[in-house]
Amino acid sequence: MKSRYLKQNIWYSILLLLSIIVISFVFGIIIYLFIKGGPALSWEFISQKPSAGMREGGILPAILGTLYLIIGTVIIALPVGVFSAIYLNEYARKNRLTRIIRLSIINMSGVPSVVFGLFGLGFFVMFLKFGKSILSGCLTLGFLILPIIITASEEALKSVPDTYRNASFALGANKWQTVVRVVLPQALPGIITGSVIGIGRAAGETAPIIFTVVAFSQPNLPNSIFSQVMALPYHLYVLATQLPNAPEDKQWGTALVLLIIVLFFTVIGAAIRARARMRRRE
Amino acid sequence: MKKLRLKLKGVKNFLIGKFIFINGIISIIILGLILTFLVYNSIRFFSSYPFFDFIFGTRWSPTVTEKFGFVPLLVGSLEIAFGGILIAIPLGVGVAIYIGELAPRYIREFFKPIIEVLATIPSVVIGFIGLKTIVPLIKNVFNLSIGLTALAGSLALAFMSLPTIISISEDAINAVPVRFRHASIALGATKWETTTRTVFPAASSGIVAAVMLGLGRVVGETMTVLMITGNSPRIVFSWLQPVRTITATIAAEMGETVQGGLHYSALFAIGLILFIMTFLINLVADRYVAKIRNY
Repeated sequence: MKSRYLKQNIWYSILLLLSIIVISFVFGIIIYLFIKGGPALSWEFISQKPSAGMREGGILPAILGTLYLIIGTVIIALPVGVFSAIYLNEYARKNRLTRIIRLSIINMSGVPSVVFGLFGLGFFVMFLKFGKSILSGCLTLGFLILPIIITASEEALKSVPDTYRNASFALGANKWQTVVRVVLPQALPGIITGSVIGIGRAAGETAPIIFTVVAFSQPNLPNSIFSQVMALPYHLYVLATQLPNAPEDKQWGTALVLLIIVLFFTVIGAAIRARARMRRRE
Repeated sequence: MKKLRLKLKGVKNFLIGKFIFINGIISIIILGLILTFLVYNSIRFFSSYPFFDFIFGTRWSPTVTEKFGFVPLLVGSLEIAFGGILIAIPLGVGVAIYIGELAPRYIREFFKPIIEVLATIPSVVIGFIGLKTIVPLIKNVFNLSIGLTALAGSLALAFMSLPTIISISEDAINAVPVRFRHASIALGATKWETTTRTVFPAASSGIVAAVMLGLGRVVGETMTVLMITGNSPRIVFSWLQPVRTITATIAAEMGETVQGGLHYSALFAIGLILFIMTFLINLVADRYVAKIRNY
């Protein structure tokens, strides 16, 4: 009898240990990045253009490039994703087509990012002749994060109780009016959470933008959506592997800035979700 | 007048319906477009390069001898992916059981966001950290001339597949009804016996799905492996040698190709194969996910 409980306790300890290992690795990475990258951060580093073959100066063009890409990506993916979720939750019947759509969304989220890059190159850059440009990059990234936005928006729509819809119908509103004026405002926090998580993902992606938008070095800021830009993830890749003897502090600094941007969006998303949950409980 | 207005309203509703519908099927359209353009751009390669030399070819040397043998890239991808998954399974499933079955609520609430944060760390950052930590470590521990090895890739990928494996396994464990656990405990089993002999078997198909989705993630991962596995397209069956994956090949070589040329087209061809591989993995995983929803 005792040995059975002893066995239980041993296994519990092992599982706890495994969990602590995983958690400490996550913390380890983040803390290590802050320790190594922190000293490199300065106002000069984030506000100046690179100079001396990217070995001196700052990373302003890469930061701005990433911000442009994020903004463009959201403008493209958000409306399409939300309408797609509206179709699935409010309009679609339970039939074969709906099943296929759901399966497509799952499969789309499993498509490797480098394949999205190939697709962006073949379709936007070459076939539609947008060239290597912000437009091509944003469309590629927009497609990439679409499954995240659709799934999150659908969850949000699903959590709106049917009583709201019925009340609206009873007042004589039609389906579209009900969706736009009653359901969507209620679902907004969930939709924003999904979009913010999608933005975080888009900000950190490298493979899809290599062929579609980024420039190795482009210190001048873009003047149209057909310009090329630098971007933080690719800049980090270049500094770490393509540029011989790139200064260590610039590498760590770039990695830290990228991580901070991505974590910023993750935390915002989590905060909005937590607030919405608390409100619902009240 | 009133009739016309009603008619206009009808047209408006019809158009809105169509508009919503097109957005609804956008995921099917996009998957179709991806497949179409991968095929379209790889036609030149498949029509001019012998198919068997491609599939069974053991040399990938696109610039010097124009040899496009797929085997070294496939071996590289599978070697790193299976290495990574083998490391990730005990860690991921262990953590999922801990969070799902044993941990008190406050610990669960603390752990889950951290796992989510892990999922958002960009792969290029993981690759960078790996380059600065794992790679020199492997070089010193195994006394190698170079630390950029398959093992470095496997370790980093194991870490990156954890969020997928943990969250889906935990969903599977949570999907097992409480009455299963009550029945087991009523029969005199300890809590741990309940977990291993009742909950775990009931959740097993979801855990299989979790591992498969983790595998899909790992096979498609690009930047990390590009940065830390050495990128040498030779067939080696050792984790302590440099290898090169399908994904890294595409990312590394696309820049130096002539657009529309044979090499360019060959990279789309291996992209097409990668797309099909991950597509199949996801389809099978979805079958297993469907099983746990039946409780």
